[in-house]
Amino acid sequence: MTKPRPELTARREFLIGAGALAGMSLMPLAGCAKSDKLRVGLMLPYTGTYAQLGVAIENGFRLALADQDGKLGGREVEYFKVDDESNPAKATDNANEIITRDKVDVLIGTVHSGVAMGMIKVAREAGTLVLIPNAGANAATGELCSPNIFRTSFSNWQPTHPLGKVMVENGHKKAVFITWNYGAGQQAAESFSEGYTAAGGSVAKQMFVPFPNVEFQALLTEIAAIKPDAVACFFAGGGAVKFVKDYAAAGLKDKIPLYGSGFLTEGVLGAQGEAAEGLLTTLHYADSLDTPQNRAFRTAYLDAYSAQADVYAVQGYDTALLLQKALEQTGGDIGKRDAVIAAMEGAVIDSPRGQWTMSRAHNPIQDFYLRRVENGDNKVVGVAWKALEDPARGCNM
Amino acid sequence: MDTYTFLIQLLNGIQYGLLLFLVASGLTLIFGIMGVINLSHGSFYMVGAYLAWSLSQHLGSFWIALPTGIVLSVALGMLLEWLFIKHLYRRDHLQQVLLTYGLILIFSELRSILWGDDVHSVAVPALLAGSIPLTEMLSYPVYRLWLSLVCVILAGLMYYLIQHTKLGMMIRAGASNREMTQSLGINIDVLYRSVFALGVALAAFAGMIAAPVSSVFPGMGNQVLIVCFVVVVIGGIGSVKGAMAAALLIGLVDTFGKVVEVEIGGLRILPELAGMSIYVFMAIVLLWRPEGLLVRRQH
Amino acid sequence: MSKRLLIIGLSIGAVLLVAFPLIGDRFYIQFVTRILIMAMFAGSLNLLVGYTGLVSLGHAAFFGIAGYILALYAPETHAAGFWSSLLLSVSGAAVMALIIGALVLRTSGIFFIMVTLAFAEMLFFVFHDTAIAGGSDGIYIHERPVLMIGSWQPLNFANPSHFYYLVLVFSIGVILFMRTVLRSPFGQVIAGIRVNEHRMRALGFHTFRYKLVCFVIAGAIAGLAGYLAAVQFGVVNPEMLGWHLSGSVLMMVILGGMGTLAGPVLGAFSMMFLEEIFQALTKHWQLLIGAVIVLVALFLPRGLAGLLAKFNISPAAAGQSRRAPPHADV
Repeated sequence: MTKPRPELTARREFLIGAGALAGMSLMPLAGCAKSDKLRVGLMLPYTGTYAQLGVAIENGFRLALADQDGKLGGREVEYFKVDDESNPAKATDNANEIITRDKVDVLIGTVHSGVAMGMIKVAREAGTLVLIPNAGANAATGELCSPNIFRTSFSNWQPTHPLGKVMVENGHKKAVFITWNYGAGQQAAESFSEGYTAAGGSVAKQMFVPFPNVEFQALLTEIAAIKPDAVACFFAGGGAVKFVKDYAAAGLKDKIPLYGSGFLTEGVLGAQGEAAEGLLTTLHYADSLDTPQNRAFRTAYLDAYSAQADVYAVQGYDTALLLQKALEQTGGDIGKRDAVIAAMEGAVIDSPRGQWTMSRAHNPIQDFYLRRVENGDNKVVGVAWKALEDPARGCNM
Repeated sequence: MDTYTFLIQLLNGIQYGLLLFLVASGLTLIFGIMGVINLSHGSFYMVGAYLAWSLSQHLGSFWIALPTGIVLSVALGMLLEWLFIKHLYRRDHLQQVLLTYGLILIFSELRSILWGDDVHSVAVPALLAGSIPLTEMLSYPVYRLWLSLVCVILAGLMYYLIQHTKLGMMIRAGASNREMTQSLGINIDVLYRSVFALGVALAAFAGMIAAPVSSVFPGMGNQVLIVCFVVVVIGGIGSVKGAMAAALLIGLVDTFGKVVEVEIGGLRILPELAGMSIYVFMAIVLLWRPEGLLVRRQH
Repeated sequence: MSKRLLIIGLSIGAVLLVAFPLIGDRFYIQFVTRILIMAMFAGSLNLLVGYTGLVSLGHAAFFGIAGYILALYAPETHAAGFWSSLLLSVSGAAVMALIIGALVLRTSGIFFIMVTLAFAEMLFFVFHDTAIAGGSDGIYIHERPVLMIGSWQPLNFANPSHFYYLVLVFSIGVILFMRTVLRSPFGQVIAGIRVNEHRMRALGFHTFRYKLVCFVIAGAIAGLAGYLAAVQFGVVNPEMLGWHLSGSVLMMVILGGMGTLAGPVLGAFSMMFLEEIFQALTKHWQLLIGAVIVLVALFLPRGLAGLLAKFNISPAAAGQSRRAPPHADV
């Protein structure tokens, strides 16, 4: 298999564009150059806190194309990349750059929800086809749902929703939920209490830590005072490492079981070490999923990038699979907008995460697995929720 | 909140406050004493944490990594002072702001090139790995208590160094009047280079010994930067005692801001808006005492 | 000689700016619009930092609040009126500046930096942590405000060229306004305050009031820039109020050259342009930006405008005979 290589074509063209601007000349700019290549925009974080996620998504995307010599629906692909730095203040500028300047046929982005919201606004006005490979903001496939916006990852509503059922089944009927005080955290908390209450549990307290503060000691003390049957949480990255370690160091781990949305243990198990052993989490993927698709995917990823695939790589991979399906239907013609959208709506994706389909609001209907951390690995215990569909509140499509 | 829980929260607040003092201690020297507005303080803290992680991997022990890291960071401080900072003492303070802002970007990218963008953690050394039970539910990690002890000792040393040693006297003299100090036959260049290097080393040391409890991740420097300035400024610039008092108060404000429930006119203020508690506190302090809590007379 | 060069330079610049939408690509029109908005924002901060000696690290508060006022005021289903929403946003920012200014101007130097930061962060958390305006994910302005004169709509803001001209007119207006203010007796007083506030007070000037008026003017102009930024793409999020933005706009001012009208424009232009160019070269583009910033700090103590002054082609060299010394104290 050829190793997919990153390109910087878009940026080179920008240099030409920049020269044109400086000289105020009438040189044709990036978008005017005609070619029959498919123009794919990648708006992802390549620097900052989420840099790893951006790289994994791009790797996954390119890996899916590697079998077809890097082609999509038989057409060569030209990539246009922008580093969004996960900075919402620059979101519209960056989205506009890739949509208006590079005139991409399809835009793939992004990781950060706030950045995604800015990106979607620009894409809605321009009518650009967008595939979201991570950002979970409920609104993207909720009140802002739109025929040209698709998501291949999850909505923030999804990962914490199945937790409640699992916890009640394990006999934990009174729980505390703790997360960061920001959009994704608030949405995760809301969805958790919805699922937990429906399953017969009662939420003793929801705790919100100022984002991105990682000093949890005060709240751990409060949890110990409340003495719930269990604690559920949503954290990711550096905060997830610190929370899991602090929870164990405070001696709570053996007394009050800790559950979490699966992001708690994604890509950070090495750093969490012993403290994470035994944690139960729910997510739409697990490294250890024992299916032929997942085994093949993981081997290929390891070969191509000398790194272990993660859930973000899968999301990037599936984004390419979805696009592939749609373009096969139209013979590589992305201009047949309605046909492309209809094909994506009807697609059944055989993903490393299992089979999934698109909801009417364009968010995956997918299985959520219950995973337990064993020997530094997320082992699949079972399916926590079969074919979970986001309620897509406020979507009139 | 019952009395016992309250006492534990008090402990949490003090412990966090001491940690804040530790993180801000280098800034007390560089900004408080030397008067250089050093925005890259957080970067030195981050460098320290990454050094602790990478050195303890390579050298096999946290206790060997610690002194090695200190030596490296002193060297880094000397180099930076010699290359950049020394040209800016007589310039507008805002040139220092600009330069050290540039350094933030440079350090963050160098970190990415050198160590990658992963999240890491440093194991708590076996000697300090235990914990002490406080209630039937809650225990306190020994390492956190040890950290507090280190902070107290460090604060004592800094206070002694600045107030009661000849070096401290020279530093204080240099801070208020460079030219005069120079005319007294003190080599001000060497003095300033040493103080700056000491400040960098303190920041890196803080990052190193905080690493086992804080985890090691790319954005960690920027997260502590503002709170360090808050500590030094609220305390009154140049005062070690003031910085300590401010750090403890902020530790308490932050801790109780997260758990106390406050309603004003039916609107829940805390803990919903806990994020702004230290800023409200800072605004109140500075509007009440526009030069900080404990001011060392400078002019 | 230098004056004639300046006039020629300015005329060429003016012609290019006016003609730009006729020849430029849609994206570059929007990009330059963005730069002009940031230049306006940086210019308003320069009024405080460069001319009055008040270094604020919370200036984004006024930029962001104006955007939020528009987002909350604009109805979801139809467009808000341009004049009414503009007036509301700018006066909202001005009132906010009046309240915050009245409190923070009791302090000075580094304490002023920190208190302005504190107030801006409070506003940040109000919008970030609560649901009043979409929380951390931000809020949309679904329909752009509409500019009507009677029943005639001269400009349609959805058209990048039209919006460009609107922003261009406002930018020139702001620069002329600031120039007038700075050359007035009021401007002489604030220049005096920057150099030596005690002396001005001894001369009988009520310096607090002068500084407050200055703070409110700067807040209102920042509000105007924030309003235009919100209209351009129709999205407002808490980062618009955050200290990162306050910090980077302060860097634009220092990089460009404090205390000159051209400085912030140069700073905004070079910062945004360099970012684009360096991103094209490498994944580690921030390293290059950092290096440029460090070099400017080391070798151009008066910023990029100082570089122009060396060649005798800046407005500072031609217009103002006396270049005030650098800040005595921060």
